[in-house]
Amino acid sequence: MAIREHTFQQDAHIALANTQLRRNLGKATSVIRAKRGNVVGELPDWEALREAGRAIKAQTLQHLDEYLLQLEASVTRAGGQVHWAQDAAEANRIITELVQAAGSREVVKVKSLTTDEIKLNAALAEVGIAATETDLAELIIQLAGESSSHILVPAIHKNRSEIRALFRQTIAKGQDLTDHPKDLTAAARAHLRRKFLSTSVAISGANFAVAETGTVAVVESEGNGRMCLTLPQTLITVMGIEKVIPTFQDLDVFLQLLPRSSTGERMNPYTSLWTGVTPGDGPQAFHLVLLDNGRTNVLRDAVGRQTLQCIRCSACLNICPVYARVGGHAYSSVYPGPIGSILTPQLAHLERAETLPYASSLCGACYEVCPVKINIPEVLVHLRGQVVRHQERRLAGKLNPEHVAMRTLARQFATRARYERAQRLGRLGQGPLTHDGLIIWLPGMLNGWTATRDLRQLPRQTFREWWQQREAKR
Amino acid sequence: MRVALFITCFNDTLFPETGIAMTRLLERLGCEVTFPLEQTCCGQMHYNTGYQREALPLIRHFVSVFGEAEMVVSPSASCVGMVREQYPRAAAQFQDAPLAAAVAALVPRVYELSEFLTDVLRVEDVGAYFPHRVTYHPTCHSLRGLHVGDKPLRLLRAVRGIDLVELPDADECCGFGGTFAVKNADTSQAMLADKIRSVLDTKAEIICAADNSCLMHIGGGLSRQRTGVRPLHLAEILASTEEEA
Repeated sequence: MAIREHTFQQDAHIALANTQLRRNLGKATSVIRAKRGNVVGELPDWEALREAGRAIKAQTLQHLDEYLLQLEASVTRAGGQVHWAQDAAEANRIITELVQAAGSREVVKVKSLTTDEIKLNAALAEVGIAATETDLAELIIQLAGESSSHILVPAIHKNRSEIRALFRQTIAKGQDLTDHPKDLTAAARAHLRRKFLSTSVAISGANFAVAETGTVAVVESEGNGRMCLTLPQTLITVMGIEKVIPTFQDLDVFLQLLPRSSTGERMNPYTSLWTGVTPGDGPQAFHLVLLDNGRTNVLRDAVGRQTLQCIRCSACLNICPVYARVGGHAYSSVYPGPIGSILTPQLAHLERAETLPYASSLCGACYEVCPVKINIPEVLVHLRGQVVRHQERRLAGKLNPEHVAMRTLARQFATRARYERAQRLGRLGQGPLTHDGLIIWLPGMLNGWTATRDLRQLPRQTFREWWQQREAKR
Repeated sequence: MRVALFITCFNDTLFPETGIAMTRLLERLGCEVTFPLEQTCCGQMHYNTGYQREALPLIRHFVSVFGEAEMVVSPSASCVGMVREQYPRAAAQFQDAPLAAAVAALVPRVYELSEFLTDVLRVEDVGAYFPHRVTYHPTCHSLRGLHVGDKPLRLLRAVRGIDLVELPDADECCGFGGTFAVKNADTSQAMLADKIRSVLDTKAEIICAADNSCLMHIGGGLSRQRTGVRPLHLAEILASTEEEA
């Protein structure tokens, strides 16, 4: 998992100053929000579907070990081979060896989120294997040498004129290219078709894998995924262990929930389903790498566990008022937005991501749109509790101003006498800070408030004083 | 009906006029209003910032203060949300079965003001008069926590003289979020800037909500920018009458 070098606040500060980014994100998220709202609103049983999705996922996670073994048996029976990877290093080693065994120096890739999590491209490059991303947005960020800023639309931070400039420096050198989406797509297609026809190994992620049948599903919009999944001789699929679902029939629920939640479409253009290998048709070797990489730890936590229900639709990113302003890079993880704020700290070490659970105003919009009803605000608060307890283990944490203030306030609020004394002291203490009934400057971390907002001074009388005065007169 | 005011520490200390308005409003509607003086803070700030152990004594205190009340009514959707949603979780987290039982018994009697008026007293026209241009911001915890829906708007629409205008992108968070406003001040300010833009677009003179915490945030920005738009709690509009005007 990504290791944060900066705090969320530091990265957000930089992102918020980027006017082009603000414009790109604001526009893209509001368009996709509206589309989602329309296609979800037209379904009378949407809430029942959400509940079904949640229930299937929760039940699967309860018996994950059994379903994974069943999946392994089904895939093997259908002519595929299953590999178990405890962490990123093991997954990368397995995949690298499989590509080398197939005798290839090149791979095409699709649905790369999980492979981004394990930094597969870097591992492949180390042994001289070149990976080409074939999802258009993934290709754009690969060419730009950047990282994804959105689960579903990884290049959401870029607009078409920026993409045109990038293509003219890379895959369309010397070509007369407009910034029309059609022309940009045509340039990418010409580049990718050559790769599809010449590359013998493909690496994919997976949206779902059916334990009962061994069928793996990839849901996409462009058809480039279909090329990856059908043309090469060898197909290697990497998936997190939480992607397994019990039966083929369960796809009925998820194939309705996912496209409506992610792209705001009733149905996505391409849904590829394959079961092991079929002689004379499609890849003749199929490998399924089942990745843990911290997931079984998440499973142990009764509150945090629901995070693994995620189907990576990104509805929570698009609705999130924080994400819509700071963008995905501020989260320094392949999993940005609200889901990233709870997934990253649980998959990585908490101390390396301890600002993420606080990157939310707890407005609850993410929970409301989540197609599998992950209560993201609940998990955020739960993780904040872990962050606080973790910080307190160090003396510096115990003595930091916030901790001291919180402990002091909790003591003052514990009884009426102390609480009323604190109210009186606050009124006395504010004197030097007030001006025309307002407080316009506060010291320390409270300056975060007064930098752009006024604060009314404490009134002469508290409500309880008014009440007692009134009672006395009666 | 005998009603115990859960004023919240925030309103008690910073916005006494909201509590005064609520008292007058409820008494006008025939309620017998009480104010348990032992009440302090519900513990929301501590709990939601991660100081759950510190919040626990406050939660126990709240339950002991209000446990016997017939009805508990509050001018804060956010603090009611804390009681309704987080109290059961806190009891479970600290494996306190007696607290869990007491919370379960208390929660059905705790209401946010607009809920209490429309669901319990079953009134929409509370006899208010308020001749001003007003826009209403549905706070996140009232909208997505308590699911009050259009209850506050129904109450406002029945106010005589009011010029109620719709707020664009109303359901988007104003950026307050408790300690979020301080811990993530930059992002909070960016959210506030967009909320202020929406408020100004309405040309309203008053921004109304069911939470003074969000209003303090929005109002603090409006004041700094000298916009001439004033924040006002729902209770204060509903308490206004022709005689006072």
